[in-house]
Amino acid sequence: MARAAAEDVKVLGHLLSPFVIRVLIAFRLKRVEYELVDVRLAEPKSEILVKSNPVYKMIPVLLHRGKPICESSVIVQYIDEEWSDDGGSSSILPADPFDRAIARFWAVYIDDKLPYLIRALRWEKEAAKVTELVGQFRQVLGRLEQAFTECGKGKGFFGGDAVGYLDIALGSCLGWIMALEKGKSVKLLDAEELPPLAGWAERFLAEESVKGLVPDADEHLKVYEVATARTSATPAA
Amino acid sequence: MPQTASLHLTNRLHIHIVLESESERERERGARMAEAVVLLDVWVSPFGQRCRIALAEKGVAYEYKEEDLANKSPLLLQANPVHKKIPVLIHDGKPVCESLVIVQYIDEVWSDGAPILPADPYARAQARFWGDFVDKKIYDCGIRLWKLKGEAHQEAKKEFIEILKVLEAELGDRKYFGGDAFGYVDIALVPFFAWFYTYETCGGFSVEAEAPKLVAWGKRCMERESVSQTLYDPLKVYEFVCSLKKKYGIE
Repeated sequence: MARAAAEDVKVLGHLLSPFVIRVLIAFRLKRVEYELVDVRLAEPKSEILVKSNPVYKMIPVLLHRGKPICESSVIVQYIDEEWSDDGGSSSILPADPFDRAIARFWAVYIDDKLPYLIRALRWEKEAAKVTELVGQFRQVLGRLEQAFTECGKGKGFFGGDAVGYLDIALGSCLGWIMALEKGKSVKLLDAEELPPLAGWAERFLAEESVKGLVPDADEHLKVYEVATARTSATPAA
Repeated sequence: MPQTASLHLTNRLHIHIVLESESERERERGARMAEAVVLLDVWVSPFGQRCRIALAEKGVAYEYKEEDLANKSPLLLQANPVHKKIPVLIHDGKPVCESLVIVQYIDEVWSDGAPILPADPYARAQARFWGDFVDKKIYDCGIRLWKLKGEAHQEAKKEFIEILKVLEAELGDRKYFGGDAFGYVDIALVPFFAWFYTYETCGGFSVEAEAPKLVAWGKRCMERESVSQTLYDPLKVYEFVCSLKKKYGIE
């Protein structure tokens, strides 16, 4: 398998974005070197970002030999296909078309639900609304645990024996999940309620391909304002 | 038709030695395939139509089941317990949900038919990006065009025209979004071609004026049987939306 030189492979983004983390995990799995380039997201946005992603002007963007690829799920599939080892050990998507469809379905579900819930919970200060969002979050994770049982088929990851597409899609969100748990003093991925999923999370974060890519809770909390006041019975503002 | 002798082993372990003509064998294959492939759908759904077009492009026989969304069938609830939505493709009893996931599945399973996604990884990435763009933008903005009034309606109109212009620019002077071959992005977008009349009437603008290449592209796609046999008359779609507006008490 040819190793791409780092100068051929640029990723625009930073580690506090789960979407960026997905791309980097995929490269680690393929043992492809990359250069991570931070860009300015506030206006005026970095020129390279606007030029390479004119439609959304968002990270991540992969620049491979200067050609841009945008949207994390699109990028991860591109990485899988461009550095394909023909269904070998570094395959990110499963080999069977039905298993691929199931993985894609749940990845769409994750992107439908989690970014919204993470954003909403991060900024919500009203106690009752926090409780409601936590409830929704836990429900979504409950469904994903069912998906884990179906897809993993008794093995350690959604992808089976190895980290795969769905592991990457959900695992990349763990940094934010842990940050919100700490910052809001709530339980989202409850090990008592969802032991299989909690076990999966631990295994995922311990993987070679993942280590160091998911910032811990404090890293998130340092940069973003997360309401640290404990939820109480105070009436809404 | 050439005559061929073939040995068939059925799952009841009967051994048939059958002298068949090519066309008879094809008919039998078609019938078996049709039982194995079921599409749960609603006639007017652009998402369902994507699947119908993909199946037609591949020449796959299937059973179409019209769902009543006010009274969802037990089969639908069982096949898509997470969203309870159509379309759902059920292949050999196994359900696949989400229209673009279904289209990719169809492309991968019936890989001997004309490819829907191109072979090159970069071209595939571009196709997936634009399919995702259509998914994120058109339907939701379109709904706002006929549901909302006043300021919100003006916002939606501005946004929708912007979406059309982005697609127009991406299409450029190409025959299809994928180039010379009809493919993934065309399939993702073309069902909405039948909705253009509704969008422009509810929105108060002309799609042709804002995106003439897109309209020409839509007409080219309609020359394909898979598309013309699947899309409904734009007036029928408009009638449908009007009945929805009535149902929701919108003027």
